[in-house]
Amino acid sequence: MSEHSEHIVSAKLYWLIFLSLIVGTVVTAWVATVDLGKYHGIDANTVVALFIATCKASLVVLIFMHVKYTSEKMTKAILLAAIFWLLLLLVLSLTDYSSRYDGSLNPLPSDFTAWLA
Amino acid sequence: MATLAVSGERKNYLNAEYGIRSWLFTTDHKRIALLYLLSITAFFFIGGFAALLIRLELLTPAGDLLSADAYNKAFTMHGQVMVFFFLIPSIPAVLGNFLIPMMVGAKDLAFPRINLISWYIYIIAGILYIHCLVTGGVDTGWTFYPTFSTEFSNTKVIEAGLAIFVSGFSSILTGLNFVVTVHRMRAPGMTWSRLPLFVWSHYATSIIMLLGTPVIAITLVLVVLERALNLGIFDPTRGGDPVLFQHLFWFYSHPAVYIMILPSMAVISEIVPCFSRKRVFGYNFVAMSSIAIAAIGFLVWAHHMFVAGISLYSAIVFSFLSFLVAVPSAVKVFNWTATLYKGSISFSTPMLYAFGFIGLFTIGGLTGLFLASLGTDVHIHDTYFVIAHFHYVMVGGAVMGYLGGMHFWWPKISGRMYPEGWGRLAALIVFIGFNLTFFPQFILGYLGMPRRYWQYPPEYQVLNVLSTAGATILAVGYLLPMVYLLWSLRYGKPAPDNPWQATGLEWQTSSPPPTFNFDETPIVTQEAYEYENMPLPEEVTLER
Amino acid sequence: MSDSPIVMEHTEHEARPELRHHFADVEQQRNAASLGMWWFLGTEIMFFGGMFCAYLIYRRWYFEEFAAASRSLSLGIGTFNTTVLICSSLTVAMSVRAAQLGNRKLQVKMLLLTLVFGLSFIGIKGIEWHKKYTEHHIPTFDYNVISGEGSLVKGNEHLLGIDKVENDPVKLRERKAEIQQHTKIFYSLYFALTGMHAIHMIVGVGIFICITWMAHKGRFTPEYHTPLEIAGLYWHFVDIVWIYLFPLLYLIDRKPIS
Repeated sequence: MSEHSEHIVSAKLYWLIFLSLIVGTVVTAWVATVDLGKYHGIDANTVVALFIATCKASLVVLIFMHVKYTSEKMTKAILLAAIFWLLLLLVLSLTDYSSRYDGSLNPLPSDFTAWLA
Repeated sequence: MATLAVSGERKNYLNAEYGIRSWLFTTDHKRIALLYLLSITAFFFIGGFAALLIRLELLTPAGDLLSADAYNKAFTMHGQVMVFFFLIPSIPAVLGNFLIPMMVGAKDLAFPRINLISWYIYIIAGILYIHCLVTGGVDTGWTFYPTFSTEFSNTKVIEAGLAIFVSGFSSILTGLNFVVTVHRMRAPGMTWSRLPLFVWSHYATSIIMLLGTPVIAITLVLVVLERALNLGIFDPTRGGDPVLFQHLFWFYSHPAVYIMILPSMAVISEIVPCFSRKRVFGYNFVAMSSIAIAAIGFLVWAHHMFVAGISLYSAIVFSFLSFLVAVPSAVKVFNWTATLYKGSISFSTPMLYAFGFIGLFTIGGLTGLFLASLGTDVHIHDTYFVIAHFHYVMVGGAVMGYLGGMHFWWPKISGRMYPEGWGRLAALIVFIGFNLTFFPQFILGYLGMPRRYWQYPPEYQVLNVLSTAGATILAVGYLLPMVYLLWSLRYGKPAPDNPWQATGLEWQTSSPPPTFNFDETPIVTQEAYEYENMPLPEEVTLER
Repeated sequence: MSDSPIVMEHTEHEARPELRHHFADVEQQRNAASLGMWWFLGTEIMFFGGMFCAYLIYRRWYFEEFAAASRSLSLGIGTFNTTVLICSSLTVAMSVRAAQLGNRKLQVKMLLLTLVFGLSFIGIKGIEWHKKYTEHHIPTFDYNVISGEGSLVKGNEHLLGIDKVENDPVKLRERKAEIQQHTKIFYSLYFALTGMHAIHMIVGVGIFICITWMAHKGRFTPEYHTPLEIAGLYWHFVDIVWIYLFPLLYLIDRKPIS
């Protein structure tokens, strides 16, 4: 039976990804020491840190874990499903925590109304 | 030995090898299914004993049989044993393990050794839990709510929490095996749209097991750490939020109820077409409804927390989503009913259980809507209405499906026919006993009797007595099959390959099947449920 | 009938001892193993996810206390340890590649390096935890963030709102009690998260010791290296968890105090 040939990633690409990950790590540590301000109540440093982390994670998933080269649709489906399910847990819990009564006279908590404005 | 001579000289999975080692080290999914069958039946007795204590105590308004603490332990252990050690494994680990490889045309599940490991994990969890029971028990309610569980309870919360944590891995590995098997082990020609609906439902169940169980695992870890190290993560006097525990707990425990009901629905989807001699009405809808139940089931958990202190706005969101989840369940009920319409119906034992399921699940499901509705839930939350609701779906639904399935596939599993007369009688007794036990509880809840109380005002006594009477009848109904099914192993008529003339690959192989299921890999060319082309079942004879 | 599927199956099963009887061919076995590991990693996402949820909720509630506690973690050691783990991911990927190319010596070398990096990560983590212990930052072990060497209050007065209540002894005492409690939640989650991660690392090291031995014995060829491949998936996943833990735990607020 003929084998489904595996894609062999070049060593050069692995080194490139490795360096990107190292650079990403150093950058994220350094950027954390720089004040990037707040926009609409959301802290920009946090967003940047999570963005860089997601880029790093994506590189590991796509190249080191070969997801970019696989013809298996299920792999990508499982990954997306698990991430989506985690987001469900986080987001739906937040519907509770972000709208709890905070003792003020407003029907909605004050930072929620500020965010809407 | 007379029994073996009658069941034939043919090698099958039961007589392939002898001795305890051949069972404890087996990787044959059929033998593992039987190992699970024995274990979950043992736990059913333990949980049933706790139920007996509860119903005896509730015969009288005064708290006279048990102390308040002992009563708390009784209902906690009844809940935990029945949910985690009986219902969640039941159909998937017994019928799912046994049938899924055959239904897809495979020799075994994708990971046979992991299948065996999952049983050992279950046994270890079970031993840990039983040890907890006999050395003091746990009294937090099956829901482990902090801060009682983390700080004030004087019982073995850590041990119980760890036992359930371990049992979760058994569930996860079972789900993993099913999903990979369905994706990778289907026989040639077995496309997704030709799969039996039993497989679709178990696939959906497995998705829930995989995505939900880890969350309760980590939640129990946090509770154990909190209790052991006095952390305060869930303690409001130390900045923590007990409601956070509830969010994390119910994120799994709500989908868990779908883990308990979907396999039962799977069984009904096989029994109904067989005993109506008709294909299932709306195959695609029934298949997709399983997936929909699994998906939407994850969006509704906070309906257990409407009065716990969550925000009103999120309560409204969850109430709306909870109404949505009723839709795919209703789709199934409509489709089964439409399958029955103009079918050639026979009232065999499995079919009686299926009818019981459809009726009782409908009642249970509709009463769930009372609870999903925010306004009414405020009044009936934590009353016997809730208890009646979930017992209607879990016992009237899931357990009846389990019994129906055990009878339907008993010839395949054991190579013997059970006595049909006794089967029908037991089904009737179960139905009557069940309704007598739990219908009064709807009324009790509506009248305001709270749950988890060991004494109550005298005006509730009559209904409680009726409920206990029903429970005794129900117990008889459960014991009967255990007796006659065991009896049939020695004295039952030998079963032909396909006693019900049912469709499905499992019926194409011998009863009991050979160790590797099929002598030749089947090639599938037909849709599922092609009952138009099947002969009617004859009387079962001894000839093979 | 001479080329019936069953005959072909038996031949392949004879030729390939690693092919298990219930699979038709090695490709199916590999696909099944890979799918199984990816699903398992999916469950791990939900497992860690529960703790991320708890972390998210309390970080929103107690941002200042979380920030102060986060500052007590060493940015240098954390960054360095992250790079150590990334090195181990590279060596794992390289070892799989070596197996694909049939290079046994390179496989083993890369796997041994992976073990070195992995154990270094765990060792450095141990050093960090020991530091937390001496600073009294481990909940239940003489936990104290108000006074002594582990004080989070000194240097963070503005962040923690101490400067606002300095002159009111009652409010000051209350605020200190709150800081003690809320930072304890941070550290509880810090140890739960990094502890759970460390347990996964230790299990990973155990698995890779077995894998390294198998590679040394020449069990992995270009046609069959499934155990190495799926063990590698697990290792990369543990790396990814850390990629998120690092900013969430160490980088909450590292802005210089004005």
